[in-house]
Amino acid sequence: MTESTNTTPVRKGVPLWVQVIIWVFLAGLLVIVAMGLSRAQQGTIQPGHAVDDFTLPLFKGYEYQGASEVKLSDFRGKVVVINFWASWCKPCEQEAAELQRAWEQYEPTGEVIFLGVDYVDTEPDARVYLKKFGITFPNGPDLATRISQYFRIKGVPETYFIDRDGILQYVQVGPFTSLQQIQNIIDPMLAE
Amino acid sequence: MLNNRKLRVANYKLPLAILAVLIVSLLFAAAVFAQDDMPTDDEVNKIAKDLYCPVCESTPLDVCPTEACRQWRELIRQQLAEGKSEEEIKQYFVTQYGARVLSEPPNRLASYLVPALAFLAGVFLLFRGFRMWIKPMAVESASGEKEAAPIPQDDYIRRMEEELKKRK
Repeated sequence: MTESTNTTPVRKGVPLWVQVIIWVFLAGLLVIVAMGLSRAQQGTIQPGHAVDDFTLPLFKGYEYQGASEVKLSDFRGKVVVINFWASWCKPCEQEAAELQRAWEQYEPTGEVIFLGVDYVDTEPDARVYLKKFGITFPNGPDLATRISQYFRIKGVPETYFIDRDGILQYVQVGPFTSLQQIQNIIDPMLAE
Repeated sequence: MLNNRKLRVANYKLPLAILAVLIVSLLFAAAVFAQDDMPTDDEVNKIAKDLYCPVCESTPLDVCPTEACRQWRELIRQQLAEGKSEEEIKQYFVTQYGARVLSEPPNRLASYLVPALAFLAGVFLLFRGFRMWIKPMAVESASGEKEAAPIPQDDYIRRMEEELKKRK
């Protein structure tokens, strides 16, 4: 008896479709990791960026013209100053009085609106803070940290200046040290 | 006369003793009342250990020393005192600060299903891939019977087998 030697050539290796799926999966994984790293190194959103609309619920007693929440788009045509703060944040205390003075100066013009966004804070402590520094401009919590995530804040305090067209013009990281410093940012925006 | 004085003292002793017992009882009652009203640190930390403050990532709330976390713990204590349940308190924190404050993802089907399906798909692909990679595919012989294709042997194996035969 003779052994059968009539065999077809052996095909060996991972099928093409499996290879494609594995490579696509790996490439996707790398893209996700790269995006995460890129986002982590990006820092805050940069001037020149058209700021998307968002809604800020307001603390009772800190409403804007009786409204319990405001949208950024409500203030198109005005200069918007968005200040991120927290009651546990000591540097925020350094600028609280200056911000309030600036608000008192610009509020009567009706051309500037200040919005305080309370970051990762508890309402009772936030209220104590607002009362302590006599803050009167609209303030509210950053629910689910959506607004701070959008601005990619790195800490508090941080202040964002948005022009009449909704374009971010200036970012202040850290506390203001004087009223003049705030005026130097807002006045040129009003003059445009 | 002495007997009368003794009698009068005895008459006072009983009400005084009752009064003393009452005062002591009230003191204890007050202490118990305060304890019921204010949740203990253990009760607060039981909830706090499952929460993470976004300011101090990777540090559970129950051991985080920052001011922000201290405020959060006080808020938990306050809500416990108001009679809120653990679930209600956690839900409050999720609403206020987002689902990322939870140590475990919320019990959504997708949170568990997607990773499980991705894992199973990976296992399937790897299993299938390696099996086809290592085990040669069965081929049809001329007689029509299936048999395993011969494994091609390289020169090294052939020489080794020859050496082994010689040694036998």
